[in-house]
Amino acid sequence: MGGLFEGWFGGLFDARLDLYPLLAAVLAAVTCGVLGNFLVLRRISLMGDAISHSVLPGLVVAFLITSTRSPLVMFVGAATAGVMTVVLVEFIKRFGRVEPGAAMGVVFSVLFALGVLLIERAAVRHVDLDADCVLYGQLELLSLRPEVPRQVWTLLGMCVGAFVFVGLLFKELRIAAFDPALATTQGFHAGGLHYLLMVFVAGATVASFEAVGSILVIAMLVCPAATARLLTDRLLSQIAVSVAVALASAVIGYFGATLVPGWFGFDSVNAAGSITVVSGGMLVLAIFASPSHGVIARVVRQRGLVRRVVRDDVLAALFRAGERGEAGLDGARIATMFEGLGTGEALAWLEKRAFVRRDGDRFGLTESGTERALEIVRRHRLWERYLVDEAGMPPDHVHEAAEMLEHVPVRPEAGPETDPHGRAIP
Amino acid sequence: MLHGTADLATTLLAQADPGHARAGSLGRVADEWAGVGAWIETMAFRGGYNTNTVIAGTTLLGLAAGVVGAFALLRKRSMMSDALSHATLPGIGLAFLAAGALGFSGRSLGVLLLGAAITGVLGVLCVQGILRWTRLREDAAIGIVLSVFFGAGVVVLSAIQKNAPAGAAGLDKFIYGQTAAMRVSDAVLMGAIALVAVAAAGLMLKEFALVCFNDAFARTDGWAVTLIDLLMMGLVVLVTVAGLQAVGLILVVAMLIIPAAAARFWTDRLRVLVLVSGLIGALSGYLGSVTSSMLPRKPAGAVIVLVAGGVFLMSMLAAPRRGVIAVAWRRWIVRVRMAGDHVLEAGYENLRAGRPAARLSAEELGSLARERGSPAWFRTIVRRWLKSQGMVWSADGGLVLSERGIERGRTVWRNHALWEQYLISCADIAPSHVDWAVDRVEHVLDAPMIGRLEAALRDRGVALPDGGPA
Repeated sequence: MGGLFEGWFGGLFDARLDLYPLLAAVLAAVTCGVLGNFLVLRRISLMGDAISHSVLPGLVVAFLITSTRSPLVMFVGAATAGVMTVVLVEFIKRFGRVEPGAAMGVVFSVLFALGVLLIERAAVRHVDLDADCVLYGQLELLSLRPEVPRQVWTLLGMCVGAFVFVGLLFKELRIAAFDPALATTQGFHAGGLHYLLMVFVAGATVASFEAVGSILVIAMLVCPAATARLLTDRLLSQIAVSVAVALASAVIGYFGATLVPGWFGFDSVNAAGSITVVSGGMLVLAIFASPSHGVIARVVRQRGLVRRVVRDDVLAALFRAGERGEAGLDGARIATMFEGLGTGEALAWLEKRAFVRRDGDRFGLTESGTERALEIVRRHRLWERYLVDEAGMPPDHVHEAAEMLEHVPVRPEAGPETDPHGRAIP
Repeated sequence: MLHGTADLATTLLAQADPGHARAGSLGRVADEWAGVGAWIETMAFRGGYNTNTVIAGTTLLGLAAGVVGAFALLRKRSMMSDALSHATLPGIGLAFLAAGALGFSGRSLGVLLLGAAITGVLGVLCVQGILRWTRLREDAAIGIVLSVFFGAGVVVLSAIQKNAPAGAAGLDKFIYGQTAAMRVSDAVLMGAIALVAVAAAGLMLKEFALVCFNDAFARTDGWAVTLIDLLMMGLVVLVTVAGLQAVGLILVVAMLIIPAAAARFWTDRLRVLVLVSGLIGALSGYLGSVTSSMLPRKPAGAVIVLVAGGVFLMSMLAAPRRGVIAVAWRRWIVRVRMAGDHVLEAGYENLRAGRPAARLSAEELGSLARERGSPAWFRTIVRRWLKSQGMVWSADGGLVLSERGIERGRTVWRNHALWEQYLISCADIAPSHVDWAVDRVEHVLDAPMIGRLEAALRDRGVALPDGGPA
């Protein structure tokens, strides 16, 4: 097998060393990534945080009772603690009327403290349980195993389980994510589904914690889903994107943990932490560069709109000047009218497309410019008419509203002849 | 990749339980729990110099966290402090590296805490930025910041541990805290921070209250809301950073949230809330550190949080007005009273219908109970309650209303009729639909409300229901 992969990434990937840790990281990331979609949509992302803290006492108690570390026992302990967290938070919210954030904070920190205390007590009796490992995981320990390690099997089972769960109950999960009340009226128990989801989150936490640590679980429950949420508006594609992001984060983060410090001549860093950072980086990328919801796209759209509005306003001003019998306006006058909102740029654009004719310092409308300006002024005056007649606004207050509405590209057919100020509607 | 994995595995396993060595020496402590006597000794500051330092430090930290946490709770920032505390981890590592590069000692607590504060604030700013610039909600923003910053911290710490082993051990102590290592200078620091927090809360109480309860109003009223908000957040940062060493970054958030949430059960007044929250925080710090000093390995952070959690549980259950027991008791009383009212109302209706006395037969009581769906045990309780109030006495398996009972039945009947009439004539509710809405309101109408209902009906020229005996 080693020969098969030799030479990949310039010797970066060594199947003997890297196969199982990488597999564990990818499985954990994908499992959490797919479940996280429903947490982010239901605005309970922090439940993942709370559960992954509070499974600690569940694990310790399960271990202290049974004295084994078999995955099933650990799973039952963690799932119990996870569901208990949800129930306790609900209880405190409802009966104590405590704010949701505070209720969550109280529950998970007390349970976590309980877990830490139990671990400390166990350590006195020379029982090896380690709180640090719960946070960081020990991905590196999966290297150099002769056979597939138990952690990978557990994660594989959990991953398949999560996909089956989401696949079978997709319709129900979707309705419950967007409208729990509708879900209940449709005849299935939204609350029950919620608890089932929480059991899976707890399961993913416990399956992951040994290999990759709970910090990666928290990140993977939120970051890929949040990234996908910024890239798409459809649930199915959001899930697909989040899985892809989780997968990419795991692979890039895993190799980055060795590669990047290597460039500076350092030893490798913690892979779980590095995967987390990569998923955060992807989110930052989406925040800025998403074509639909990204900051850059939005700024560009806004700038475009501002430019278009200024151009429309300049055309309308020239049209009104024509109505008053003036032969065009000079550039400085236009600039003062719009207080320097980039009128020079707008005039240049209009001149280039032959909407505006330049005559020395004076600007006048061409034929196509008049046509375009006419439409804008017409919309403006129609809106004024509508606002006075139908919306009952006083005539001296409608100009500002019409000034904004005139830019909405609609093309009304016929209508009244004059605006409320007595000017003709072209 | 992963050269020297076998070596690595050994180091990791050794790291996995740093307390092992200590546990060996403490193995001599046969009785893990010291006696009550020793506990009281420690409480009275007779547990030795180091223990006293720890107790004083955690008590002051608890006080500061309680006071500051009260404002964070009202500002709905409880989980924000979670993001803040997790975001301090990379700062600790980076400060260590930066100090090393500049030739200082990276172990200086001040430098590390400064770094922690910087990335902590950066984390909070990131949460605000995500909320401002994207369509993600607060829960996702907090989850993202806390996990990514913490992950970055793990990366930095692992890089330090592997690449600059000299003097780097113990940076990860900030995750779980290391109360037992608290020195006098740390306790003094806690005292100073507590002083700052209490002084700020005292001086700025009005401004904080304004921003907490209605920031939009504060802004229109000309207050520098952003500045006040920053000051509040600054206090949270201060307490978080101070608590890092004592209880660790995961549990310091508990010291901010739990005392405030517990205090909220006891009062509706801001001044009292801040005071009680501070006291609960101080008490948790005090009792927690005293108790943990009795335990092997002295896990003070966890014990402090558990004490605070205990106080929270007690407050939630037993607080006089908002507590769960008090609320449940009030609901129960109302339920019994309402059921009693229905019985009296039925008796009065019998009297109106021309029966010689306000008497309810066993069958009538049975059908009333069926209608309301009350089980037998509840009927017994209601009957006992009515008797204890002198409203009824038993007769032939049924009930007979006393004068008082008739009077109460008449009031309830009239309230019912008034409210029903009001809904029909003033709220345009169909006569066939009013009964359900009336059933609960009839029990809670007080005299001024009845007066207003009568006035409203009189204005409309509707005849008032006649409450006299037929």
